[in-house]
Amino acid sequence: MHASPLTIRDLSVAYQKKPVLQGVTFTVPEGKLIGIVGPNGAGKSTLIKAALGLIPRLSGDVSIYGKPYAAQRKLVGYVPQRESVDWDFPTNALDVVTMGRYGHLGWFKRPGSAERKIAMECLAKVGMEAYADRQISQLSGGQQQRIFLARALAQDAKLYFMDEPFVGVDAATEKAIVTLLNELKKQGKTVLVVHHDLATVKEYFDWVMLLNVNLIEFGPTEMTFTADNLQRTYGGRLTMLDRDTSSTLIMNGR
Amino acid sequence: MSTFWIILTGALVASTCGIVGCFLVLRKMAMIGDAISHSVLPGIVIAFLISGSRDSLFMLLGAAVIGLITVFLIQLFHQSGVQSDASIGVVFTALFAVGVILVSMYTRNIDLDLDCVLYGEIAYVPWNTIEIGGVDIGPKAVWGIGLALLLCVILITAFYKQFKICSFDPAMAAAVGIPVALFHYLLMGLVSVSTVASFESVGAILVVGMLVVPPATAYLLTERLSRMILISIVLGCASSVIGYYLARMLDASIAGSMICVAGGLFLLALLFSPTHGVIFRKIQQKRLLA
Repeated sequence: MHASPLTIRDLSVAYQKKPVLQGVTFTVPEGKLIGIVGPNGAGKSTLIKAALGLIPRLSGDVSIYGKPYAAQRKLVGYVPQRESVDWDFPTNALDVVTMGRYGHLGWFKRPGSAERKIAMECLAKVGMEAYADRQISQLSGGQQQRIFLARALAQDAKLYFMDEPFVGVDAATEKAIVTLLNELKKQGKTVLVVHHDLATVKEYFDWVMLLNVNLIEFGPTEMTFTADNLQRTYGGRLTMLDRDTSSTLIMNGR
Repeated sequence: MSTFWIILTGALVASTCGIVGCFLVLRKMAMIGDAISHSVLPGIVIAFLISGSRDSLFMLLGAAVIGLITVFLIQLFHQSGVQSDASIGVVFTALFAVGVILVSMYTRNIDLDLDCVLYGEIAYVPWNTIEIGGVDIGPKAVWGIGLALLLCVILITAFYKQFKICSFDPAMAAAVGIPVALFHYLLMGLVSVSTVASFESVGAILVVGMLVVPPATAYLLTERLSRMILISIVLGCASSVIGYYLARMLDASIAGSMICVAGGLFLLALLFSPTHGVIFRKIQQKRLLA
């Protein structure tokens, strides 16, 4: 049997005593763009970090293409939240993208011209090749996000996790990211994206995961992204202006 | 000859501290050297109680052990969610206080404080030499700090990419399988070894200063980590040379003069750096308005 890109069984995570994720179980189909949606504090980023082993989990087990994560690191690409790093760090765009190759280099090998060539190609894919020598603090928020995406591309993975890549970016970057996501999908790669903007979910993603501590619903977008399910995910904090199509959503309490 | 040894010692301290200091400045943990300079007090008291002597080897061992405990505790607290500055503050004040209690309980009648036991004076370096088989092979400080420098250079060049990515983006580093915690502790271990090795010969102010000032200056002058480390070494060595002659001219403290020169260089960089400099930025802003 062909192993799924990502299978998570009964995953629970708690910070201090409060559960952030509880009994989450799902299997991700290959070659889909998957949006992870839910209110603040629903555990969306936590789900990604727990899957990658960055934070300890209380219970549950994660398998990537049928094996534990530690054995499959090279198949996984990760785009952390943009604010998670210090952009005043003395380095340039090309150098950050080259970091995507470090996982393939092992303990002692240094990044050389081959790695820089791959990094340059990845920069070109996000339309940033002109900025290769630019110090990273001099880039705009959208450009910084594209650098992070290019770095994930340089990891040359089959399964990608992206933590809020659309937050605080300009329209041009948003378009570039969407193009890139579809490009990845065409190559048969699987992408999980933590997403905030409910208005664009239907447009961007094939599958959607509705999450609020528990897994509410997970399936193809047209079947899953319904007014009823959203109401169950967001509770009373969601107002739907147009009940028939649920195309216009307003979130309260944010 | 003594001029040579003093300047060499200053340059070795500057290079060792410059290398590890760059990573500390980037991780916003620059004051860790200052923390170690205080927290080693219980180490030397315990070493005295066990050995019963004020022999510098035992003191150094005690200080080294507590130095490592200090940096490990700081790292541990930081990783469990305490802000790095708070974590540094909590650990060193608590350990220093333990040292004060130990002194007041057991060693009240003996002159046992950091100044007289642990902190050396760089001016005396040339006279404290070691002999092997009757042959004088140079000052102890040069060998001790030289070994610490060698260790830093070997480890940081071998694992440069790991140290870099762990400082810039630890989450990413962990995701690609780099043992982030191991490299954090390794760096902290290097900091502890180099500071404690240097305290004994050259005193606290020179070590703490060289750990922070040249890296902070280099940070203003470049936008590449590798160059930041090189510039920080060069500035540190220059401060040692200029500082030594300044001290001779003024007949003043050598370590003090070296750090004053480093501070002066920092001020120059702050004003005139082409990218971060205050003056250059003002001119650019004026130009934008015009």
